[in-house]
Amino acid sequence: MSFPWAEHYTPKNPVMKWVDERLPLPRFVYNAVGAGYPVPRNLNYFWNFGVLAGVALVIQLVTGIILAMHYAANGGVAFDSVEHIMRDVNSGWLLRYAHANGASFFFIIVYIHIFRGLFYGSYKAPREMVWLLGVVIFLLMMATAFMGYVLPWGQMSFWGAQVITGLFAAIPVVGEPIQTWLLGGFAPGNAALNRFFSLHYLLPFVIAGVIILHIWALHIPGSSNPTGVEVKGPQDTVPFHPYYTAKDGFGVGVFMIIFALVLFFAPNAMGHPDNYIPANPMSTPAHIVPEWYFWPFYAILRAFTMDLSIPFTGIVIIPAKLLGVMAMFASILLLFFLPWIDTSPVRSGKYRPLFKKFFILLGIDVLILGYCGGAPAEEPYVMISQIAAAYYFAHFLIILPIIASFERPDPLPGSITEAVLAKSGHKTGDAALAAAE
Amino acid sequence: MVRFLGALVGLFFSGILVLSFINGAIAVAPVLSEHGHLVAPTVEHEFHKHPKKVAWSFDGPFGHYDKAQLQRGFQVYTEVCSACHSLHQVSFRSLSDLGYSEAEVKAIAKARQVPDVDPKTGEPATRPGMPADKFPLVYPNDVAARAANNNAIPPDLSLIAKSRHDGANYVHSLLTGFTSQQGYKNEKGEELLKKFPDAKTPEGGHFNPYFANLNLAMAPPLTAEGQVTYGPGQPKPTVDQMAQDVSAFLMWTAEPKMEARKSTGIAVVVFLLFATVLAWMSYQNIWANKEH
Repeated sequence: MSFPWAEHYTPKNPVMKWVDERLPLPRFVYNAVGAGYPVPRNLNYFWNFGVLAGVALVIQLVTGIILAMHYAANGGVAFDSVEHIMRDVNSGWLLRYAHANGASFFFIIVYIHIFRGLFYGSYKAPREMVWLLGVVIFLLMMATAFMGYVLPWGQMSFWGAQVITGLFAAIPVVGEPIQTWLLGGFAPGNAALNRFFSLHYLLPFVIAGVIILHIWALHIPGSSNPTGVEVKGPQDTVPFHPYYTAKDGFGVGVFMIIFALVLFFAPNAMGHPDNYIPANPMSTPAHIVPEWYFWPFYAILRAFTMDLSIPFTGIVIIPAKLLGVMAMFASILLLFFLPWIDTSPVRSGKYRPLFKKFFILLGIDVLILGYCGGAPAEEPYVMISQIAAAYYFAHFLIILPIIASFERPDPLPGSITEAVLAKSGHKTGDAALAAAE
Repeated sequence: MVRFLGALVGLFFSGILVLSFINGAIAVAPVLSEHGHLVAPTVEHEFHKHPKKVAWSFDGPFGHYDKAQLQRGFQVYTEVCSACHSLHQVSFRSLSDLGYSEAEVKAIAKARQVPDVDPKTGEPATRPGMPADKFPLVYPNDVAARAANNNAIPPDLSLIAKSRHDGANYVHSLLTGFTSQQGYKNEKGEELLKKFPDAKTPEGGHFNPYFANLNLAMAPPLTAEGQVTYGPGQPKPTVDQMAQDVSAFLMWTAEPKMEARKSTGIAVVVFLLFATVLAWMSYQNIWANKEH
């Protein structure tokens, strides 16, 4: 789009010409996802996940809108209306399982998408805005998913709503009024269920809006690529269509196969059995856990077991619960500052030997946090999550700025084309070597 | 500036976490030296058992319900469980999935009284069920359920096989797992009442190591072979057989669309494999002359 060699739209069909003169929508599509958008030729499969996230959102929208036709957001009948969908609505079981598992898959995709960005430095100039909007989308997704999980009005729905809105109660002075205000009562009830349903229907469209901004911002500098070296000329790019539409088509196929395997053969594997028990304010489940995609953050929340107090006086400055809430929000909000925290001029982690090691450590760290977040709040999980959470903050806020200043990066290729040819040259070299032997 | 403030925030959170860890380690040290574990062992942790595995006809991607088994399970539910447990998500009409004819479904429904209003007086009344009705509740409300059951509410069984971990196996193990607490040992050979003398089953409770907290209010419901009389050509109604049959039936009540789900899934996956191979070939074809 912004590249001078990008192909300009010339309508071939007279109807398209007529439309384009009055509303340049054909031109817009052509420049956004057509042959008019040049994309680096060396993108690997990790670059499929943006399109996959879009597919996942569409699955959620379509199944969600139909589910809303059959669901009743009332504390007295919500649980039964979900069972009505499962038993009596034509293909209702398919819609509901697709929606519930679709949420999980949306998060799997988005987590891979985020880690792709973290490794290849996609957050760095000139793509900071793409990254910032991405973090906004992530936050909106978390809010949407949380409220969606409340709607079936099972035990985990109810107690999850209680625990998560209870986080706001940790805020000094105004905390409890805020929780009451959020829930529309002193405990989750009909008022909370209704507003969560309303917002759960609204937020996906807000997400869709921010996605448009996210893609718009992406199209100004164009996609990054695994080398992190900027596009230098037409030889470095291929038109989005047909090259990446074809590659994304294959990626979507693979994604749909994995999604179908879980959806049709293990639809409850990622859910919690307790949510098939109707909400009961009088009976607290033994272990209240959110959905798996919140587990790393839940582990950070629960890792704070000690009040911040003045030693030997017993005066509490910040209670443990508030510290946990602050840390949990900080763990996501710090991503907003990442473009200015990591100052290494080298974009791609591929050429940063030291960064690469810490990045792998971060990946393992987040998996450990996830495991601990799903486990009961007892030892050794709490102690493990304390160390893992400490590393999480240290990684982003201390280690990244330090390694940026003294790491010696590997030599970068001169251009994308050079990197591509070097790679394929290697291959022929290896083949020749093998043939000689 | 951002980096400086960020580092301070990082030091703050990481520092508190490390202190909390040390604090936790100090707190845990005496527990560790006393028990050899980080957590003081609980009776549930040491003596709770995971469900036994049963080879179900509905296991695996090609699994099907065994209709004869579901009918036997329904018989066990009707003759034993339904005295206390409702099935209120299930409609009588859906029993045709078990292989019952329309007339049989009508007869099953008719044998049960469902709540309604008297068409003449408008007073609450009951009438014989119809296929469109759902299984009626056993107790009018939770208070009545508690009053009749030593202060415990018998849960509705419609979703029991999905609301418990490893549901069908769990139901089977629970039904066959009642045993005497006296002299009960776990796999390590430790005797429960010697290790936890305070954990004696309370008055009116029944010991069952498959139940989460080991004691439940329900008395063993299946106690003797032949408690339910199966029709000709059916297996012998041993306690284990009856427990398996009713577990399979409750899996069906929880997941009545399982067969449609699995057969749809196979068609969908076959289609997707085909489509994805085509997508792969077109991807390879389009990129054939492009190094990348």
